[in-house]
Amino acid sequence: MNVRVLVFLLLFTRAAFGQGFAGLGAEADGFALPEPGTALAFPRDHGAHPDFRIEWWYLTANLKGPDGTDYGVQWTLFRTALAPGDGADWADPQLWMGHAAITTPTQHYVAERLARGGIGQAGVQAEPFMAWIDDWQMDGLNPMRLKATAPDFAYDLSLNAKGPLVLQGQGGFSVKSATGQASYYYSQPFYQVTGSLTLPEGPVQVTGLAWLDREWSSQPLAADQTGWDWVSLHFDTGEKMMGFRLRDSGLGFTSATWISADGIPEPLPPGALRLTPLDYARVAGRKIPVRWRLELPAKGLDITTDPVNPQAWMATTVPYWEGPMHFTGSHPGQGYLEMTGYR
Amino acid sequence: MRNTVALMALLSHWRRHKVQLAMLLLGLSLATALWTGVQAINVEARASYAQAASALGGDRLSQIVAADGGTIAQSAYIALRRAGWQVSPVVEGEYRVGSVRVRLMGVDPMTMPPEAMTVPAIVTNLAGFMAPAGILYAAPETAARLGGGLVGADGLPIGLVMSDIGVAQRLLGMQGQISRLILSKIQPIGVPKLADVVPGLRVRPPDASGDLSRLTDSFHLNLTAFGLLAFLVGLFIVQSAIGLAFEQRRALVRTLRALGMPLSGVMVVLVVELVGLALVAGLVGVGMGYGIARVLLPSVAATLRGLYGAEVSGNLHMRLDWAAAGIAIAVAGTMAAAALHLTQIWRMPLLSVAQVGGGAAGARRLLRVQTAAGAGFAVLAGGLLLFGHGLAAGFGVLAALFLGSACFLPVAVAGLLGLARRGARSPVAEWFWADTRAQLPGLSLALVALMLALATNLGVGTMVSSFRLTFDGWLDQRLASELYVTTRDPAESQAVSAWLASRSDAVLPIWSAHIEMYGQPGELYGVADHATYRDNWPLLQATPDVWDAVAAGTGVLINEQLHYRQKIGLGDTLTLPGNWSPPVVGIYSDYGNPLVQVIANNATLAEHFPEISKLRMGVRVDPARAVALADAVREAFDLPVNNVVDQSAIKTLSRRVFERTFRVTAALNILTLGVAGVAMFASLMTLSGMRLPQMAPVWAMGLTRGALAQLEFVRSVMLAAMTFVVALPVGLGLAWVLLNVVNVEAFGWRLPMYLFPADWLTLAGFGLAAAALAAAVPVRHLARIHPNDLLQAFTNER
Repeated sequence: MNVRVLVFLLLFTRAAFGQGFAGLGAEADGFALPEPGTALAFPRDHGAHPDFRIEWWYLTANLKGPDGTDYGVQWTLFRTALAPGDGADWADPQLWMGHAAITTPTQHYVAERLARGGIGQAGVQAEPFMAWIDDWQMDGLNPMRLKATAPDFAYDLSLNAKGPLVLQGQGGFSVKSATGQASYYYSQPFYQVTGSLTLPEGPVQVTGLAWLDREWSSQPLAADQTGWDWVSLHFDTGEKMMGFRLRDSGLGFTSATWISADGIPEPLPPGALRLTPLDYARVAGRKIPVRWRLELPAKGLDITTDPVNPQAWMATTVPYWEGPMHFTGSHPGQGYLEMTGYR
Repeated sequence: MRNTVALMALLSHWRRHKVQLAMLLLGLSLATALWTGVQAINVEARASYAQAASALGGDRLSQIVAADGGTIAQSAYIALRRAGWQVSPVVEGEYRVGSVRVRLMGVDPMTMPPEAMTVPAIVTNLAGFMAPAGILYAAPETAARLGGGLVGADGLPIGLVMSDIGVAQRLLGMQGQISRLILSKIQPIGVPKLADVVPGLRVRPPDASGDLSRLTDSFHLNLTAFGLLAFLVGLFIVQSAIGLAFEQRRALVRTLRALGMPLSGVMVVLVVELVGLALVAGLVGVGMGYGIARVLLPSVAATLRGLYGAEVSGNLHMRLDWAAAGIAIAVAGTMAAAALHLTQIWRMPLLSVAQVGGGAAGARRLLRVQTAAGAGFAVLAGGLLLFGHGLAAGFGVLAALFLGSACFLPVAVAGLLGLARRGARSPVAEWFWADTRAQLPGLSLALVALMLALATNLGVGTMVSSFRLTFDGWLDQRLASELYVTTRDPAESQAVSAWLASRSDAVLPIWSAHIEMYGQPGELYGVADHATYRDNWPLLQATPDVWDAVAAGTGVLINEQLHYRQKIGLGDTLTLPGNWSPPVVGIYSDYGNPLVQVIANNATLAEHFPEISKLRMGVRVDPARAVALADAVREAFDLPVNNVVDQSAIKTLSRRVFERTFRVTAALNILTLGVAGVAMFASLMTLSGMRLPQMAPVWAMGLTRGALAQLEFVRSVMLAAMTFVVALPVGLGLAWVLLNVVNVEAFGWRLPMYLFPADWLTLAGFGLAAAALAAAVPVRHLARIHPNDLLQAFTNER
């Protein structure tokens, strides 16, 4: 039995794994809860929120090599708390988990790091901004230097944001279910990237677009929600869109934010976005929908997504599918697809 | 079909000779039992060591340790992680649960490589484990033994307590310190060099066997040697029982062959029969061996804990490996014991007449061969003694000594009998001596078994008694201070020291550090310059101004273990961590310590090892006031009872450890002697059955059955006495080799040999009694034999 699977089963669940993906539907005992109408303040909110149970700094990048080959890069730092608040040295209840990945059309490289809080091995500092676990780091927000290493790959990217921060939902308050579960959520979808990937075949110079998601909460999912399908879209027009569907015992809960090319978010009501699986792939012994039809009638959107690599499986402590994709139809472009909770 | 009939015919022999069958099975199962018992103990102990070594993957994963043997700063650990090094921190130290000291190991489950995570319980309650209050896990056996809030968990070696690193740092007072780092097998691309991140660290490769396994090797070799000896003695019984059975069935074999059974068929049937018997006896023996091991294991475990700090489970597990090995060795042993007899059947002419006792010429030839072989073994023993190295050579000397004396024994007894015969004045006496000598070939194996058992007893007894005598004297000298106090932190140490200064004759700080030297775990001790050491400390070799040199910091003392293991003598320079190379000015005996040790002046030691533990002190006080002062200091500083120990308590404890060490040896000793007694009994039974044809003529000439029986009894006791006479020098030789060769190689100490003649007399009495007892049944049988049976001997002569 993989030790680390147990580690995170324990961290995220107390009742059963069925209670939401990775236990995100668990009770929020003693932890702070997101309140609608709370104004986010920066740079403070770039840092960690130890009174909330979970939080992430989540960056995905759609990149191209000199020969036009597509690459995807992921850099994520998760924070999860055994108890609210800080503690000194090893007594700190904060735990950190890093995920890094490079997707190529034929390969998907994954690495994971785990750390305790309180000892300096991992953490996030708001000003000047720095998020790190071991030697992986997200240094600065604009410009940003992003690094990760693993036994079989590494990357070192420079990022510049060409637009403003975007608050998701209602001013950063993002509702996740009909019964009111929510999180604080903002994004920086306007990064332009240059840098290099180190692959077993050798180094590759890359350029492209990246998207940073920041989210924290204590109970973001309802008990019957088993996972989600999430997309970030860079349209060729310069517009962006974030959309997700939370799967539950009923029809599911969808939400989307349309972002104009100059960064003005337009939150769309629940149910406005329709996601329909078109094709499935056998991934890590599971049946995963890797091609989708996305419809957003309010914006005349009707697109079909195609993954760069259908096998973009994150074989980490909590496993999920995360990879770059292209889409065609009414609004062509590229983006990232994330699917969790498939069994 | 034909083979089945032949097998039934051959097996019918055992139905008619139930005692013979019992002897054979008893001998074989006893031999197997002792061997298996010893193996079971060894396997159990090795399993415990392997588990200890595999804790945290130490048998498969490399570690990063401080090059100077000290601790690593937690900030250095973070620096390594921030540079990409995939390492996981471990902190360890001694921790007191109640009055018992255990090893406490603190780990970080988040960074631990999967192959190091050997305790499932940590993962199932990770939040509880990592919480500030924490959980202390120990093996269920250890948790049950110590209590103290320990929680039982599988996957932990005996005697180890595991907790979260934060909890362990707090309990051990090691905040901000790391003992070592577990290095993951796979590291990321582009990790900088270790020395470029943190200087002063080094990578230690995985250690499959572990220090314990190395330290205790000699102890287990001793046990194994004993087991093997017992097995060989047991085989003598088997040999004589099989010999008799084959002898008595020669007629049957002849009949079978006359009926058309091919020789090969007879051989197959005989082998099948032997293997069948061996399997039965082997199974019984393995069962008995399990019983022996169960009884002895707790004592062995206590010994290993006391002597080496090695924690061995007191619970015996039935394991397939030693059980199968036990049965296999039973079969192999039976075949070895039967080989000679099988060849005789193979070579037997179809119409051969059964013969009892070879001709006189054959016997003389045999004696010459035995003399030559004995001389050969003697030369071999001498050669090994002069030119051999290591423990194996030591045991080689012992084996050659045993085999040589086994060969010489019949020669020596024959010589003694020859002398006696020359002095004989009456025809009966002359017949008695000549007949005894004629019987010698049939009895010699049993006598050899007895001789080996007696010699072993003498040798081991002499070693143990010599050790006891030396150890007691040494302990009196070594533990010169009346009280030994251990404090809980350096500040308390100063306070206690100041408090005691005005209430005692002297307070002698004893500082210490555990470090690695010469590639093995070792101890550094710092002592004060005081008359206590100058007057009492037992030195084996020293320069004239030894204590002045130690006091001035220009020399150090080393223990005998370091002296022998690394061949370091007076005047040589040591190579110690931290670029310290002091000259050796004295060598002291350090019985019972498995580790190499160096003693230096306190100040000098602290200079080279600033992080040294300064918590212990010896207190000189009028012995009459010692106990009262111990109580007073405990009360004044609220010290735990075991932190203040008086001299006599330590002596009692040390002696107890010592006694336990040899309890197993003593038990095996007695069992071996018992087996030898049975061997003697088996041989006499065999001979008494075979000797009727020789007794009958003497009876016919007028000697009564009672007189014959008396003579038989005297003969047995006399042979035992002669055997003892031979066993005595062999036993003393054995003791000498044990004390001067085996102990030095195995433990690193040499002991003076003392002689204990009173013990010899006791043993001689025991040996004669065993012989008398063994002879009693056949002699009684002879005294009451029906005259008709004796007459039959004439008519029946085959």
